[in-house]
Amino acid sequence: MSDRYIDNYTINFGPQHPAAHGVLRLVLEMDGEIVERADPHIGLLHRGTEKLIEHKTYLQSVPYFDRLDYSSPMNQEHAFALAVEGLLGCKVPERAQYIRVLYSEIGRIGNHLLNLSAMALDVGAMTPYFYSFEQREELMQFYERASGARLHAAYFRPGGVALDLPESLLEDISNWNNQFPKFIDDFEGLLTENRIFKQRTVDVTPVTAEDALDWGFTGPMLRAAGVVWDLRRNQPYEVYNKLDFDIPVGKTGDCYERYLVRVHEMRQSVKIIKQCIEGMPKGPIKSEDNKISPPTRGEMKNSMEALIHHFKLYTEGYHVPSGEIYRAVEAPKGEFGVYLVSDGTNKPYRCKIRAPGFAHLQAMDYTSKGTMLADTVANLASMDIVFGEIDR
Amino acid sequence: MDNSVTTELSEHIGSKLTGLVQSTELVNDELVLHTSVKSIEKLLKFLKDDIQCKFEILLDICGVDYPERDSRFEVVYHLLSISNNQRVRVKVPLKEGEAIPSVASMYSSAGWFEREAWDLFGIFFEGNQDLRRILNDYGFDGHPLRKDFPLSGFVELRYDDEQKRVVYEPVKLTQEFRRFDFMSPWEGADYILPGDEKVED
Repeated sequence: MSDRYIDNYTINFGPQHPAAHGVLRLVLEMDGEIVERADPHIGLLHRGTEKLIEHKTYLQSVPYFDRLDYSSPMNQEHAFALAVEGLLGCKVPERAQYIRVLYSEIGRIGNHLLNLSAMALDVGAMTPYFYSFEQREELMQFYERASGARLHAAYFRPGGVALDLPESLLEDISNWNNQFPKFIDDFEGLLTENRIFKQRTVDVTPVTAEDALDWGFTGPMLRAAGVVWDLRRNQPYEVYNKLDFDIPVGKTGDCYERYLVRVHEMRQSVKIIKQCIEGMPKGPIKSEDNKISPPTRGEMKNSMEALIHHFKLYTEGYHVPSGEIYRAVEAPKGEFGVYLVSDGTNKPYRCKIRAPGFAHLQAMDYTSKGTMLADTVANLASMDIVFGEIDR
Repeated sequence: MDNSVTTELSEHIGSKLTGLVQSTELVNDELVLHTSVKSIEKLLKFLKDDIQCKFEILLDICGVDYPERDSRFEVVYHLLSISNNQRVRVKVPLKEGEAIPSVASMYSSAGWFEREAWDLFGIFFEGNQDLRRILNDYGFDGHPLRKDFPLSGFVELRYDDEQKRVVYEPVKLTQEFRRFDFMSPWEGADYILPGDEKVED
């Protein structure tokens, strides 16, 4: 028996696999149950977003950003809106900034709910998934009431937001927000000290701070490794510098800490939402400059100029001065950046989308080398992978 | 970000590296360094190690295509420093068919970004051990983000029920691809309107 030679073998994890979070084809070279090399093959959801944006006007490009990371659509639009506003040099009214922050945080909670419960599902806990989807459903409804769409909102537009919030929406968000911490407690009760959950995640694929930086990690992945870095605090945009919130940081960067960081981020988001609702000023919700933001229906009935503006904005669109800009936001998954090159026409010359998940997934080989096959699943789930943004 | 910090950084880089950086500029409050293919490795090494720079994270590498320029491509690096809270952008012009040294040994995150630039633009990174296609299909032909690549592509695929496999076919558009021209004749567009062809003669 002792001189029997067993060959290494290669397995295909995905593209159709419930734990692959979409369409990942992960080629694993195994030595028994130990992963020797992990080679993610991505691009199965490639839609050529960057090429399409080059052929669309700036306003028509906005909805493509919803379809990148479809678990937190508005956060991606935010980066694009900031980039275009930077090139145009236009100011966003304060109310619009508050609405943006409010909905960014709603998006963050929605994203983390999806990710954490899917992670629990991947390591064997089914219950949290159903509980958190009940809460996520409420958030989708807040999306719908503000923008008219549950997912593909196209709500954050260059110059402000598309529509004002309807009456009593803030009150309902506030009510939801007050009961949500209780839900997080329940959720944590199911997982945080759960023996099986901890066995599957604690000390699984730890990442040191140096390696996290080397591999280009951002967001919760970087913070779990112990680096205090959050764009909302370090390079504040919109009204984040007026708000009070903490940045949870981990130590070891293993799957369990990534989970803990996200749970605590949800608690901080609750705090931010509360402050946003309290501090929400009255006023316009988009730029007053009619060359950028469309007029209201009422104005169009009475003013010839408003009618012309409306027609020009929805056919030709606005021309953006030539130049280039990189703007990033702290999306739930990490730094989501847009590098925009304009040549002075009404269409972007080049729009490069920097997706956080792309860099995280790249480290798959490095993180899962020498771990068990089952740990790969926990690792993948804790990376918060969504293929819309990775494949673009 | 603070403007004065960026100016200070720009002066620091300018004083330390006379040969490596061709020019620096401040675009929309962001520091941009222009360099050449020869100096890119040295420059990134300096930016990573120098105590006043300390750009630990390579956020992104992307290509931009300018077909009308002499050096057709521009490779753009985005760097972020956590310790000093600053960003920088490095730009390298590149001729078609010219290779640029890979920085994957310096920043691990460069590996896939270089693969992506290779896949979408055909920019060759010398020294990258794993320069396969990444986003496009396995046997894909061409580099789709180049400006001369049509939006509709060249091939489309469908499942063939007789052969029981996916087959590639040339793209058939039922309607001609429409490109709207929004250049306003009053805002300096220089084109000849129909019927005006002989005005110049």
